[in-house]
Amino acid sequence: MKTSKTYLTKTKNFLKEIDLSKYGPLIAVIVLVVASSFASPYFLRWRNITNVLRQISYTGIIALGMTFVIIAGGIDLSVGSMTAFVGGIVIIMVNHFGGGVLAIFIAIAVAVLMGAAAGAFNGLIITKGKVAPFIVTLGTWGMFRSLTLYISGAGEFRTNSQLFSEIGMGYFLNIPIPVWVLLVFTAFYGILLNRTKFGRYACAIGSNERVAKYSAINVSKIKFITYIITGFNVAITSVLLSSRLNSINPTTAGSGFELDAIAAVIIGGTALSGGTGSVLGTLLGAIILGIVNNMLNLLGVSPYLQGTVRGLVIIGAVLIQRQRS
Amino acid sequence: MAEPVVETENIAKEFSGVRVLNDINIEINRGEIFGLIGENGAGKSTLIKIINGIYQPTEGRFFFEGEEVEKMDPFRAKEIGISTIPQEFNLVDHLNVYENIFLGQEYQKNALLLDRKRMKQMTQELMEELEADISPEDRIGEISVAQKQMVEIAKAIAYESKLLIMDEPTTVLTSNEIEVLFSLMRDLSDQGVTIVYISHKLREVKKICNRVMVLRDGEFISLQSTDEVTEHDMANMMVGRELNQMFPETTPPEEEPVLEVKGLSSRDGRVENTSFQLKKGEILGFAGLVGAGRTELAETILGIREKKEGEILIKGEKLEVSSPRQAVDNGVAYLPEDRQSTGIIANFEVPKNITLISLQKYIRNFLISRKREKDKTQDYIDEFNIQVPSVDSKLETLSGGNQQKVSLVKSLDTEPEIFIFDEPTRGIDISAKMDIFNFINELVQSGISVIFISSELEEIIGMANRVAVMREGSISGILEGDEITEERIMYHATGLETRAV
Repeated sequence: MKTSKTYLTKTKNFLKEIDLSKYGPLIAVIVLVVASSFASPYFLRWRNITNVLRQISYTGIIALGMTFVIIAGGIDLSVGSMTAFVGGIVIIMVNHFGGGVLAIFIAIAVAVLMGAAAGAFNGLIITKGKVAPFIVTLGTWGMFRSLTLYISGAGEFRTNSQLFSEIGMGYFLNIPIPVWVLLVFTAFYGILLNRTKFGRYACAIGSNERVAKYSAINVSKIKFITYIITGFNVAITSVLLSSRLNSINPTTAGSGFELDAIAAVIIGGTALSGGTGSVLGTLLGAIILGIVNNMLNLLGVSPYLQGTVRGLVIIGAVLIQRQRS
Repeated sequence: MAEPVVETENIAKEFSGVRVLNDINIEINRGEIFGLIGENGAGKSTLIKIINGIYQPTEGRFFFEGEEVEKMDPFRAKEIGISTIPQEFNLVDHLNVYENIFLGQEYQKNALLLDRKRMKQMTQELMEELEADISPEDRIGEISVAQKQMVEIAKAIAYESKLLIMDEPTTVLTSNEIEVLFSLMRDLSDQGVTIVYISHKLREVKKICNRVMVLRDGEFISLQSTDEVTEHDMANMMVGRELNQMFPETTPPEEEPVLEVKGLSSRDGRVENTSFQLKKGEILGFAGLVGAGRTELAETILGIREKKEGEILIKGEKLEVSSPRQAVDNGVAYLPEDRQSTGIIANFEVPKNITLISLQKYIRNFLISRKREKDKTQDYIDEFNIQVPSVDSKLETLSGGNQQKVSLVKSLDTEPEIFIFDEPTRGIDISAKMDIFNFINELVQSGISVIFISSELEEIIGMANRVAVMREGSISGILEGDEITEERIMYHATGLETRAV
């Protein structure tokens, strides 16, 4: 009796010692994987796992960029409609240049330029115009969607290029290409955040902008770059998504991506107020959302209820982080 | 005659087993101005937090107006007539002055509506009594630090307190404002209000207080009438040893100017047509009233504040574009006035704070070398005796004095040739002040030139080779040698005497 009690307090102390904001997302992923594999025999199948990872890669890649925006004290609501906008242009380019290898390269190059330019537009108004990021990106959120609809003439963007769909459908070493992109980007951005001047400055600005300014940091430049990074990542997602579907629906493509991306960032332990955050955490945050979705599907929960569960996961994650600090 | 208002009996306080206050017995009489002094960590704040109910004493009894108060908390304290003017402001930036003064104690016209007219009227009267040029409708976020202090004082006296605790109320006030405050304190004391006055400024303590109590390391050291002790005695008792000379010997600078400022004005008009020279190895003091434009001048030189016209020359070379980065690259470092909001990042670790300006030095192949950052930090910790739980501690876990050291080291790590100190001794105790003075002296010995901005005339006079006095955005006089006296500085600062420079 007594031993079990000491064991309990020991575990309790051990749990108290763990920095939840750091390891919380990892623990959550492990718990979810174990629980899911008991709940459904299909869960651990390779095909299911790669599917889940592929599904999260689109918003996951965007969330990696969003991590920097949020760490530096900003927010970007425009990423979802930006995805549709750039995706539409990608398909126009692929078709225009004949659907071959060259066409695909041109399409990717144009997408990256468009994404970066769209991000730069957000960043410019926020830093030079000194308008709150929420307002600016709420505005561009509406603009990108409307431009997409205008260009499409309210029809779908479609391509018949078989080669193009290889990017989104293809595998390398049995792992889908979008997942590779997500993993490589996570490693790259992790280093960018933790080991470079840019990452350090972004954290400093999000923690205390005045101190950053007095410390000779070019605050506007760093913030501007965070929006360009996000725009670039949106472009990559647009390419992967449009090639997977071989089409972009101007009304629904990318819809709600901004919320999934922000949710992944927050669940991953980045403070919404900025200053601290983790790129790996964002990846784990995206995985958590992916597993929850997958389990709800496997268990046959009504798709109408999935939004509720996802909402609860987000609120719960933030509550746990609050409790610790 | 002497009727005790506050009495304590063997009060002691422990925090997780560490005794920070031991066996304190005091009697404070009605209408008395009671000075409380001691170094940082001596237990002053703990003692007043017991008196105003924020802390519960671990041992001992507390009496107010002869009756024992057993369950003390901040609400009870307010109820029985204890108000505190805290060291850190407790004001809401987005509200007006009168809304702040009556926050939580609003007058109602009826059950629904506030009686704004009455609150504004009362605020107006309070401000007139304080001779403060503040309108009840001013927003807190838009008034100066000194004005905020006045609002805090008005807030405390608005509640007709019996006991008023003032924790360092004069650190941001000018001599004139301090005089007004002191005459108000004397009036209150005549009306029977008891005041506990905490300050690092011993001259003020001697001037305004009837008795002064010294605490050191949580122990009672002495309680004497201020007529019986000198400032020097008080300082010695606080530190616990004989203090030698407060200021190090000044050394004459070289003739060669390292910084020349010619006709500098800022775009917002806070700095107007300012010219001066700083010589190599010189300490140039900047005196003036709060709001005279000293910090603004520093910020314009640094490129933080936008320049309208004028030239800045560093070692004869003109700075073309001004940005903070350019100032740093040209060897200018700045220790800002307000440590918390401009100096350090509280949730960053020590090394990340120290390398924030000079980060480029720690980069190899685009990556920050954490090892080099840590090694350098360890060197600084040893050299400047910075007290840290560990090298990687976050700044918020350090005491104020140690945060100030980190802020200093951060600027020093840029290897400056010109170092601008903006109120470096505000709110720190005597030993820490002497450390700073000696540090500045070592800097000039090694050929670095220093601009020393301070509102403490004594410091300016003790430290500077020359003193530039600012008034309304411009330099109203530069004093040298025998001219450097408190009177002459005040003449220039208030505009009673101006001389072309």
